[in-house]
Amino acid sequence: MLNSDLKLNENLFSANVEQKATREGFGEGLSELGERNQNVVVLSADLSESTKAEDFAKKYPNRYFECGVAEQNMVAIAAGLGVSGKIPFVCSYSVFSPGKAWETVRTTIIYNNSNVKIAGHHAGIMTGPDGATHQATEDIASVRAWPGIQIFSPCDAIEAKKATLKSAEIVGPVYLRLSREKIPTITTDQTPFEDIQLFWISKQPKTVIFATGHVLYQALLAARELEEEGINVLVANVAVIKPLNEQKIVEFAKQAGKVVTVEDHQIKGGMGSAIAEVLAKEYPTKMEFVGLKDTFAESGKWPELMLKYGLDSKTIKQAVKKLV
Amino acid sequence: MTSSLSKEKLADLLKKANQLRVFVIEMLSEARSGHTAGSLGMADIFTAFYFHILKHDPKNPTFEDRDRLVLSNGHICPVQYAAMALSGYFPVDELKTLRKIGSRLQGHPHRTSPPGIETTSGPLGEGLSQAIGMALAKKLDSKDFHIYCLTSDGEHDEGNHWEAVMFAGKNKLSSITQVVDRNNIQICGKTEDVMPLEPLSEKYKAFNWAVFEIDGNNIKEFIEAVGKAREILEKPVVIIAKTIPGKGVSFMENDYLWHGKAPTKEEAERALKELNSYMAE
Ligand SMILES: Cc1ncc(C[n+]2csc(CCOP(=O)(O)OP(=O)(O)O)c2C)c(N)n1
Ligand SMILES: [Mg+2]
Repeated sequence: MLNSDLKLNENLFSANVEQKATREGFGEGLSELGERNQNVVVLSADLSESTKAEDFAKKYPNRYFECGVAEQNMVAIAAGLGVSGKIPFVCSYSVFSPGKAWETVRTTIIYNNSNVKIAGHHAGIMTGPDGATHQATEDIASVRAWPGIQIFSPCDAIEAKKATLKSAEIVGPVYLRLSREKIPTITTDQTPFEDIQLFWISKQPKTVIFATGHVLYQALLAARELEEEGINVLVANVAVIKPLNEQKIVEFAKQAGKVVTVEDHQIKGGMGSAIAEVLAKEYPTKMEFVGLKDTFAESGKWPELMLKYGLDSKTIKQAVKKLV
Repeated sequence: MTSSLSKEKLADLLKKANQLRVFVIEMLSEARSGHTAGSLGMADIFTAFYFHILKHDPKNPTFEDRDRLVLSNGHICPVQYAAMALSGYFPVDELKTLRKIGSRLQGHPHRTSPPGIETTSGPLGEGLSQAIGMALAKKLDSKDFHIYCLTSDGEHDEGNHWEAVMFAGKNKLSSITQVVDRNNIQICGKTEDVMPLEPLSEKYKAFNWAVFEIDGNNIKEFIEAVGKAREILEKPVVIIAKTIPGKGVSFMENDYLWHGKAPTKEEAERALKELNSYMAE
């Protein structure tokens, strides 16, 4: 059952559940930060509308910088702002920023330790009809190798807003992983923002499912159906992929015995790999990985893509059954 | 190709351009997403390429000596797919599958999907470099074909594009003809507001390119410009084609909000009515 301690959305499984995209929560967070903190500045590369930076740009035009379609320039400008007392948020699609500008970010933001927040939008195959060129499915892998960066991967719009606000409090680079489409809102304003929390609990669980981002909802659907079939599981929301809370990973893995990881990302190098690195050392156990299997996806409606590429609740259930 | 056109040929090309626009509207409204303005604005140039300029063979799309058409601003691929279908690369019916799961017609083009698509694009600023690679290989292998690279004005914001402009100028790559869709719009507004490019033709001249500026919605003028470009053997050539984004559908023309929006069923009907009225003329 849903963990009542966390004040999650009780309406989650009903047909009329509120739906919102994580990028919308990001936009709200940005505007709130604009009011709270004069040092927050925003840059975009001809994508202010779809990255939801538009509201900030309208309210604080002197702290919004339009860079044109020039991501490498944008991230390096942000690096300069970040070492000059500002808190820049760079807003583009994840494939372009950090993707296209990967080395520029590495040197000017990460190695410089500049206080820049990278908002990587349109992560995962959820991006849909635009096709594989626009679906960031390697970003966790390529970002998490950077020394010192923090990675936030919110599961819904409310958590995305909290993650955005939190990122501004951190001194140093943060990557915010955001997605395009509306999804059921899982958390509420009262839910604490923590790195890893158990969203679904049960007695004598056989497996713990670690999920990050919008696919957490699929994991919760799977957990609910599995429970009806008599298979108890835990579902943990991994909102912070780096630094990874190793203690909690080991604790939950010990509690449940087996582990399934779920992410809208390549299996290789993603959150599941990060968890495997911890468990291999501290508590080796059987794992299943749900994610993209070393392939690009394609154009299509995102629910169809989730089925075809195996990121849906059914695939998660199969992964659990394989272990128990 | 020849740059002189008979009256009948020109009339036929104009009809075909209008047909491409009809396909674009039908495809995008069926897909419910995609990029309308640039696709419509470039319909005349795609007609000129596929039905007059290119050395190509729809039934044998990968023969070695074909001209290469590299679409750098991949988001306008609907008009390329339309031109390919109309010239026989694949059945016109397949256009309906644009952006759908299992389709060869990806939202942004993927190399060889279908055969005839030369490079994967969508991410902007990367096409001219690839065209240069093809030009270098052609030279090394002493092959006989030409490389046409289509770019947009918005993607001139990318540093990568200018790195390629410098390289082609330095190496006098006259086997490349670049065509810039100069429609003055990008996503967030007019190019001159988002990131001014002017004086664009002086910039190219300074990078050692030959420059033609023409009306990109005038098929005859475009074909003549390509003819002249092909005669220049000492530098790469850029044709800055001034086009009207959304061309042919009055309520879309010159409005940047149509950059990345697909028409609703109702809007599509209105657009098709207008295009069909030209067809009848
Ligand atoms: C590297 C990169 N950054 C951002 C984008 C998102 N994007 C798609 S089209 C576009 C605007 C480009 O302007 P232009 O190509 O002139 O658009 P059009 O005239 O066809 O409307 C942008 C920023 C992209 N495709 N690639
Ligand atoms: Mg343009």
